[in-house]
Amino acid sequence: MADFRQLFQYILSGLSNGAIYALIGFGFAVIYNATGIINFAQGEFVMLGGMLTVFFLTVLQMPLAPAILLAIAVSTAAGVTFERLAIRPLRNAEPLRLIIITIGASIFIRGVAMLLWGKDTHALPAFSGQEPLAVAGATILPQHLWIFGVTILIILASRLFFNHTIMGKAMRACSYNPQAAGLVGISVKNMVMLSFMVSAAIGSLAGIIIAPLTMTSYDVGIMLGLKGFCAVIIGGMSSGLGTVMGGLLLGLLESLGAGFISASYKDAIAFIILLLILFIRPEGLFARKESERF
Amino acid sequence: MTGRKQQMILFMLFAAGILAAPFFLKGSYLLTVMVFVGINTMLAVALNLLLGYAGQISLGHAAFFGMGAYISGIITSRFPVDPFGVMLLAAVLAGALAFVIGFPILKLKGHYLAMATLGFGIIMYIIFNETVAYTGGPSGLPGIPSLRIGVLVFDNDLRNYYLVWMFTLVVMLLAINLVQSRIGRALRAIHDSEVAARVMGVNARILKVQIFSLSAVISAVAGSLYAHVMTFIAPASFGFNFSVELLTMIVVGGLGSIYGSFLGAAILTTLPEFLRVFQDWDIIVYGLMLILMTMFMPGGLISGMEAGLRHVMAKIFKGDGGHAQA
Repeated sequence: MADFRQLFQYILSGLSNGAIYALIGFGFAVIYNATGIINFAQGEFVMLGGMLTVFFLTVLQMPLAPAILLAIAVSTAAGVTFERLAIRPLRNAEPLRLIIITIGASIFIRGVAMLLWGKDTHALPAFSGQEPLAVAGATILPQHLWIFGVTILIILASRLFFNHTIMGKAMRACSYNPQAAGLVGISVKNMVMLSFMVSAAIGSLAGIIIAPLTMTSYDVGIMLGLKGFCAVIIGGMSSGLGTVMGGLLLGLLESLGAGFISASYKDAIAFIILLLILFIRPEGLFARKESERF
Repeated sequence: MTGRKQQMILFMLFAAGILAAPFFLKGSYLLTVMVFVGINTMLAVALNLLLGYAGQISLGHAAFFGMGAYISGIITSRFPVDPFGVMLLAAVLAGALAFVIGFPILKLKGHYLAMATLGFGIIMYIIFNETVAYTGGPSGLPGIPSLRIGVLVFDNDLRNYYLVWMFTLVVMLLAINLVQSRIGRALRAIHDSEVAARVMGVNARILKVQIFSLSAVISAVAGSLYAHVMTFIAPASFGFNFSVELLTMIVVGGLGSIYGSFLGAAILTTLPEFLRVFQDWDIIVYGLMLILMTMFMPGGLISGMEAGLRHVMAKIFKGDGGHAQA
């Protein structure tokens, strides 16, 4: 019985981490589909979300809800600034230069965060208390429920946005064929900027809801960003639901691997999966249509 | 070919400058720094062959550097074996690993290649950290012996300087010749358009894997040297941050330039020594350098200097300006 309870606990924490990876991966996909760029600075938005919330909460003594909203707003502004200053001037540059630019932005943002807030790890208080709920012999923290709830909400909202609003449809048009989208009067430039906005907002939100469970510091962005990328690679760039499945699968494998094989190699699991998928099935496990990777 | 002759004269001048430098730097702290400039130049040249010439990015090159350092460090600190033999072993193993993973990894392009090499680098970093029984884990591996040839022990800055720069100069000469050869032209063709290169009969797939392996071999040798010079190594020197630092070196110095690799390595190695304040600001400065150089000076600092130098050389030789490029 104890074993079963432990297994359940692993699955639960795996799924909640997986939901976070899915959200981060979703941020990668939004930018990739609009621009063909893999934004290496994606993880830094996640870090900014968590760290800014801590800052507003502890230093400025703001209540939790406005602190979260303001953190998302500032991260989004950072995303837009980055797009305007560094991405837009190089719109037609070769991928190599864009990769180097986004790496540069990533370590720049990380460096600024380190200078502003130091190298310490910070904890964010759980949104609605630490009192664990007992479910089927295992314990669930209220924060887990927040994570699942927010993730489901975001997924539903983005489905609505991309399928049923004119702006979402315009963004999809840009990802299929920017030139044709421009011809029917869609401003591709604005859609690219919008993609950075949406992506930064979702990324920072992911960073905020995970922070009470895993702590946050100036350098959490690298690992979280890479795992989000891993999720989107498993799922396939073109498939929203695939990204969710990819994230959950990654979270589960990681958590079970850490629990039953070796905790010290937990982080390696994600990257071994990443390499295997890239080598064997680069279009992703759940992709419906083939996306351009070669 | 005048181009090649000019190249050799330029290299001789450079080598003479390097060999003479200790007479001016003797006893100075700068001599110590120059030892590491040498090691970083090797690494920058290795990465530049791959990225600047063949156009294939790697964000995991610190892994090969670490492999060289750990293989040399672990074996020579435990067994009384010939350290040069171990260095050779480390180079062969790193080259073999690069060859094996090169086929699937270099099938990927652009962003995906960057992510895959980054993933590889992080896996290796985790291995350096977690195989505590061999590597000493995060606290590092002490007691690595200095290199020796007969009675000559490389245990001070001056000796290490010549040791490291001998290797570095050989690597630079090799790289200069390589990029001017048929292979170098094929690499540049792959950079510009892989499809066109293949149509012209370049076996792009094999060539990319070969240059990736060569790059890994050079990095591993640099790693072995680093381990023997430092006599202590820890995983922090071989992580993602160092891969990015290498990238910054060649972007600042000049993508696709051997002397640019040296220039970038020299700047990024000496800058922190002069600016103490740099310690905490380093990643901000690196980030800004990467962004600004890529936006405004994609050829790196060397491109401007090279144009001036070519002008002078052309005047000296009264040639027609020779479009030498290295």
